[in-house]
Amino acid sequence: MSRFLAAAAALLFAAMAPVPATAQDRLPPAPYADRQLADPGQEAEARALMEQLRCITCQSQSIADSNAPMAGDMRHQVRSRIAAGESPESVRAWLVERYGDYVSYEPRIGTATWPLFAVPAVLLVIVLLILRRRLGARR
Amino acid sequence: MIAEFGLAALWLAAALSALQLLAGVLALMRPEQAAVTAGRRGHAPSVADPPETGPGPLVRPAAVLQAALCATAFAALLVLFARTDLSVSLVADNSHVAKPMLYKLTGTWGNHEGSMLLWVTVMALAGGLIAAVERRLPERTMLATLAAQAFVALGFYAFLLFSSNPFTRLSPAPPQGMGLNPLLQDVGLALHPPTLYAGYVGLSVAFSFAVGALVTRQVTPEFAKVMRPWVLGAWVFLTLGITAGSYWAYYELGWGGWWFWDPVENASLMPWLAATALLHSASVLAARDALRAWTIMLGVLAFSMSMLGTFLVRSGILTSVHAFAVDPQRGTFILALLLIYIGGALVLFALRAGTVSEGERFAPLSREGALVVNNVALSAILGIVLLGTLYPLLTEAFGVRVSVGPPYFNPVGAIFFLPMLVVLAVGPLLRWRGDSFKRVSRPVIMVAAVGLGVLLLVWLLTGIALLPLLGMALAAMVGVGSFLPLRGRSLLRLPLPVWGMVIAHFGVAVALFGMAADSAFQTERLVASRVGETIRVGPFAVELAAVSPTAGANWTAITADLQVRYDGGAPRSMAPQSRSFWAPQQEVSEVALLTRWNGQLYAVIGGEAPSEAAGETMGQSGTSRWQLRLWWKPFVTFIWYGGLLIALGGTLSLVGRVSEDLRRRTRRGLIAGRRAEALA
Repeated sequence: MSRFLAAAAALLFAAMAPVPATAQDRLPPAPYADRQLADPGQEAEARALMEQLRCITCQSQSIADSNAPMAGDMRHQVRSRIAAGESPESVRAWLVERYGDYVSYEPRIGTATWPLFAVPAVLLVIVLLILRRRLGARR
Repeated sequence: MIAEFGLAALWLAAALSALQLLAGVLALMRPEQAAVTAGRRGHAPSVADPPETGPGPLVRPAAVLQAALCATAFAALLVLFARTDLSVSLVADNSHVAKPMLYKLTGTWGNHEGSMLLWVTVMALAGGLIAAVERRLPERTMLATLAAQAFVALGFYAFLLFSSNPFTRLSPAPPQGMGLNPLLQDVGLALHPPTLYAGYVGLSVAFSFAVGALVTRQVTPEFAKVMRPWVLGAWVFLTLGITAGSYWAYYELGWGGWWFWDPVENASLMPWLAATALLHSASVLAARDALRAWTIMLGVLAFSMSMLGTFLVRSGILTSVHAFAVDPQRGTFILALLLIYIGGALVLFALRAGTVSEGERFAPLSREGALVVNNVALSAILGIVLLGTLYPLLTEAFGVRVSVGPPYFNPVGAIFFLPMLVVLAVGPLLRWRGDSFKRVSRPVIMVAAVGLGVLLLVWLLTGIALLPLLGMALAAMVGVGSFLPLRGRSLLRLPLPVWGMVIAHFGVAVALFGMAADSAFQTERLVASRVGETIRVGPFAVELAAVSPTAGANWTAITADLQVRYDGGAPRSMAPQSRSFWAPQQEVSEVALLTRWNGQLYAVIGGEAPSEAAGETMGQSGTSRWQLRLWWKPFVTFIWYGGLLIALGGTLSLVGRVSEDLRRRTRRGLIAGRRAEALA
């Protein structure tokens, strides 16, 4: 109960405290937004995943590279879920389910994305054909 | 007055480019007929004939005057920004009286209209320069080239004058300007766009030369030799622009990233890839009269990528840090220009490529063979970057949003990039036309041994991920391989272009090593720290000594005083800042960097950290905790050193080629002089 009161008081105080004009209308960031996990292995996993997730509210930045509050919240989600023992891929799947494929910088092969993988394969074939034609025949 | 003066100069420049196009086209249509009629009469026109009359002689002066007028218009806009003339709409929207002078000036191109004016100015200057100095090609090819240059410029003049007029007045003038995005108030901005544009638009010269050569069907080694310095110059600027842009993003965005595969970055990378391929293919054409059609194609492609980049950035189709213009009307305009120019050039290529034969043949194991590998690999990488950049835009048009980022570009690009690097390590050792395995076997085995040795050593000692591991090994191979062409040659008598090649290739190795080292070995510390606390990051001990308020011309800030010791050595100070700008309102982290030979310590202060709910009570609010972000980034600086070395190599090559040309000109002048004396 006393902890609840302290928290409530803290909230009230935070709301009334004179904050810089530019920092208005911003909730304090979630705890793991800018704090690393204690376990270096887990932190490395989280870091690798964060670099592959798009900050939804920013412009072409991963959540690992962004000051946006939204990115902070997402970093918190990633870190706390990985700390809770989830695998990075399941965290990614959870975020994709929530925000759509757009959130992941790693495109998955699907009905909308197969050309992303087919075209490089075709390019590889073309490159090999050109090299064969230009370099192969004559000896 | 100055605004009207600038606008008038711009209109005149546009009119001159129309004249340049018209005179060029008319002249191209004339002499062919003249030659035919002369042929019928039985006497071919001789070289000694007096210069022809008609529209031809108008073209070069028109190009030079157009350049002067366009530069005048740009200078007028600079003056308006320097004076903060708020009666000009562009100045009012993008500047502010309280801004430091440097940023007032650089603000000239920190907006859509101003940067497009800079774009056209660079294009006009490039055209004026080739008109003034280039006399090696047949005059008809030059006329076609300058007409093509004028045709492209005309479209962009129209774009400026009809949809992006930088000189529009605003009445009544507002009492104060809106200011400039604080992210852009940085010395990096002073250098980045002009450099990049010099490269981007410099490639227009290659495009125009390619079109000119296609029109007259004169794809010769001489043509490649004439085009090469221009491509080299543009490529050096592009390399510097990309290097500077990467460093700018690195220290300005505040999270330690140096390449994001952001569409805007890709927009500058694509012309660079095409220009790099063009440079190598032009070398083959110049030295061996091979790869003719391929060189022309790359010339068209390189500037097409520049225009595509301009479209992506300027149309607002991407919303990113760089896209400060969002206006669909403009987007459609540039898209139309893009289709006309790229489409037109490709149609011309399709019509004429059949009549341009591929040129001389060569054996698979030869310098040409290695350069073909370079060409197709770079083109394939370009294809992938293009696909990855445009694909999300395409699916978005159909309502599906996908993201393509580093996890796609890095591995897929590596499929082509890594084999290309292997060829790069040994290619320069091969002879033109044909070589034997026996002759090059020793250096090849040596390079391979170095690569394998580094691979095994790094893998056993550190166990880093596959891509950085391969990057390290290939960096070692290319690094050693790049110096092998110097074997057995007199270093003092080596031509400058060979030095250029060696240094540029070594730069590739250096940059690659930096990228691999940073991605494999960087350490990160994110902490909420009290004054007096010490944080360990990598080999550093960082003490937060003080946090104090600071004020600048148009911002206030908190500044951290960090005392940093490397491996217990003497302390050095770092002072990261968190700035709050007020026009417009925005918070920006000013990164502090401590550079050592073996890397950089990257420090950011994010602001006051929230007190934690558990274990902390209100009474402790006197000892605030400050959010610090610290990275130790081993050898990260090598990325940009590498970029600078690549640009230095290009510059040496350029100097070598140009002085060679000048020597030839004076020699020719001497011969002509002696001949005149003998006749007298």
